[in-house]
Amino acid sequence: MSTFKTKNSRREFIRNVSLASGGMILSFNWLASCSSSERELKALPKNWFELNGYLKIGDNGLATVMSPNPEIGQNVKTSMPMLVAEELDIDWNNVLVEQAPLNVGLFGNWQIAGGSRSIGNSWVPLRQAGATARKMLLMAAASAWSVPVNELTTSDGIITHKLSGKSDHYGVFAEQASHLEVPEEVELKEIADYKIIGHSKKNVDGKNIVTGKPLFGLDIYKEGMLTAMIVHPPAFGKVLKSFDASSVINMPGIKDVFTINTFNDEEARGWSDVTAFNEQVVIVGESTWQVIKAKKALKVEWKNMSKTIIKQAGWGGNATDVSIPTGLENTIDHNKNLIDYSSLPLQTARKNGNPEKAFKEAAKVLERTYTAPFRAHNTMEPMNFFADVTEERVILSGPVQTPEAAEGSVATRLKMPREKIEVHLSRMGGGFGRRLYGSFVVESALISQHMKAPIKLVYTREDDMTYGTYRPAYSLKYRAAIDKDNNLTAIHVIGGGIPESPLHENRFPAGALDNYLAEKWVIPSNITIGAYRAPRSNFNASAEQSFLDELAETLGKDPLEFRLELLKRAQENPVGERNDYDAKRYAGVLELVKKNAKWGAQDKKNLKRGVAAYYCHQSYVANVVDVRMDGNKPVIDQVFAAVDCGIVVNPDAAINLAEGGTVDGIGTAMYGELSFVDGVPQQDNFDKYRQIRHHEAPNKIYVDFVKSDIAPTGMGEPPYPPVQAALANAIYSASGKRLYHQPFIHELNS
Amino acid sequence: MAHFTLNVNGASHQVDVEPDTPILWVLRDHLNLVGTKYGCGIAQCGACTIHLNGMATRACQLQVSMVGNSEITTIEGLSENGEHPVQQAWLEEDVPQCGYCQTGQIMSAVSLLKNNPHPSDEQIEMGMSGNLCRCGTYTRIKKAIKRASNN
Ligand code: FES
Ligand code: FES
Repeated sequence: MSTFKTKNSRREFIRNVSLASGGMILSFNWLASCSSSERELKALPKNWFELNGYLKIGDNGLATVMSPNPEIGQNVKTSMPMLVAEELDIDWNNVLVEQAPLNVGLFGNWQIAGGSRSIGNSWVPLRQAGATARKMLLMAAASAWSVPVNELTTSDGIITHKLSGKSDHYGVFAEQASHLEVPEEVELKEIADYKIIGHSKKNVDGKNIVTGKPLFGLDIYKEGMLTAMIVHPPAFGKVLKSFDASSVINMPGIKDVFTINTFNDEEARGWSDVTAFNEQVVIVGESTWQVIKAKKALKVEWKNMSKTIIKQAGWGGNATDVSIPTGLENTIDHNKNLIDYSSLPLQTARKNGNPEKAFKEAAKVLERTYTAPFRAHNTMEPMNFFADVTEERVILSGPVQTPEAAEGSVATRLKMPREKIEVHLSRMGGGFGRRLYGSFVVESALISQHMKAPIKLVYTREDDMTYGTYRPAYSLKYRAAIDKDNNLTAIHVIGGGIPESPLHENRFPAGALDNYLAEKWVIPSNITIGAYRAPRSNFNASAEQSFLDELAETLGKDPLEFRLELLKRAQENPVGERNDYDAKRYAGVLELVKKNAKWGAQDKKNLKRGVAAYYCHQSYVANVVDVRMDGNKPVIDQVFAAVDCGIVVNPDAAINLAEGGTVDGIGTAMYGELSFVDGVPQQDNFDKYRQIRHHEAPNKIYVDFVKSDIAPTGMGEPPYPPVQAALANAIYSASGKRLYHQPFIHELNS
Repeated sequence: MAHFTLNVNGASHQVDVEPDTPILWVLRDHLNLVGTKYGCGIAQCGACTIHLNGMATRACQLQVSMVGNSEITTIEGLSENGEHPVQQAWLEEDVPQCGYCQTGQIMSAVSLLKNNPHPSDEQIEMGMSGNLCRCGTYTRIKKAIKRASNN
């Protein structure tokens, strides 16, 4: 056992508990049905006793565990409580789970779904919360039975004193335990003793999902609630000129038409306060269809944006003035710039050795440019939020990945102290980074304030797709110098984008080469961007791992062995000060996928396959993809994924995430793009924006994990990037066609 | 506004709405049946799938005035408490990630299996291709449909 100091003093715990369970918060738990599950639970207890802010024990031995982080489909609502339950040492069948509201005082400042960090960041505190409660229950039992606490053992929620033969469940001691001091130190279990962590547990919301219970933000309906929608400029680079409220105000059910300014010009915008259209028209009505109809009928005029400067703060950083370019942009111009940026200044991001010399002396240079378009997140549930604002308090409820930042933005905008704002989290119909940017939360609060009524702001699919925080358009040029003896002597990478570069200059193959140069460029744009599942990595992997494949071929090497060779160098004799990856773990996933896919035996079976691997969000993933071509169309027979994410908390759920990341990666590489003509997004719904569908998904996905006792690392994002390159490399081996420009569907059909 | 009497999940309901209101919004806004989801509004995602006289139908495309006496079944009416074999198969395979698309997927799968109790892989893929899952649970959905078809 390892001993950990508990962080919270007794007083803090009491304060935190009262915050977490304050009558006001519980009374607004409209999504209360969220807490049951398909497991057959005992009857509910008569009394609950709170042992700390994360959990309470019922008099019949049932436990309720709070899940602090937003649930976007990454399954933290199941896997985080598993950490608590493990150390509480209770039967998982006797655990109820509740989604916690925002409570920074209790849960710290990482109540956020982002960066694949939910499990990693809570690994110690959540287990500690369980262990602390267990120890308090033991102390209560020891005093009730008048025996030394160290003679007691627990198992599945039962405390036993072997010597006297006494034994009883936690519920018997819960009240007594709730009055005890929080112990200063607790012991945490050894991995070998885990009964819950590492053992698959089904989604605690599973039954509610398959029976259609109200779980999501859009499912919030409250007495007196109105529905609000926005009408935003049709093009990036346009702003509101005028609107004619009389064109819709008399339509059935319509209550009001007005404008809002999401952010104040005087206040600096926070990092998550991203909006392309600060001023918008709002239509409020009684029901959704009435507002949709009014939205279509509204007479509104737009004009070109003039030069705009906004005050914007970075991650906790100081605010700087950011100038938004004017003009109406076109994908045709973007695409030219992604390939030819020779007029732009390049910034050196990393240099090792003397790459210039290596290229000068090279016998052969392999040079390839890869590009990818803007992409919309397209969560299945469009953006929405509920707000009920009065003079005294603000209640916000819905799907947002960054509740704390959203609360801060609303506090600033409404000039309301944070203490008067409550934020409740619904289950989210997808996130992928889109819901990190909660400007829609501020919009909902402003609308409710104006209406003096509870409202639900709903984006139509078209709003959601054409008013986003997109994945930028990216470009990566790779160059490799090969000497006359066919040795790789240098790699040069230039990463650029509109308006952000995808470059990760300290990632592999940096560190594996004596001579290495990484440079970057950007072109500003008025198209709003944001984090998108595995930001930057989502394209880096595709370009880098496609290039390494072609490079291996040029060198006459097996692509998988070539990567292992580079990683061996990086492991044994790394180049440079800072390499962001662990070469051993990186090689580990390649070795595992090599074994599982029987790499090398492919010639016998006539398989057309590609390999790729990538590191991001502290985890490592390698893929082998097998395809056959049906004309220009790749048919994906099977995908192997080998993952190293440290300890796997909930294996089947992690497999599900890896499967989903694989499918998403294939869809990204093959199909989706958001293009612009005169600033107008050309795709505004799923008839034009192509998302991967059932028949385009792989027939089989085999996921395997490297056995590890390293603390858990990211799982939501890492399985998504490398499969894109593994697919491109497989298509090459099946068709002889190298693919450089996403979405591949265009190149395949040309 | 006009009065309509609808037959939903075996019970009769009165609503007072515009005649062109899609059944999707009647179910969600007026009948408190929110298991039927909005995803696109243009018959492209399948999130709103219901059964009309037993046939899978996109609720976003069906105006309330067209329904008449037809029987509407929503996910809430598929079974009392999730006992339908397709729902059970979904739970056994632990299909959902975010879960938003899954009620529509289930309604489509039920209809698929009704017309073809033992579909091939290809028939499943084609039969389900109108239902998007942004989280990419397609391989699990296929497994769940096969499991349900074997039961
Ligand atoms: S909402 Fe009806 S098919 Fe998408
Ligand atoms: S589970 Fe998220 S969209 Fe299907």
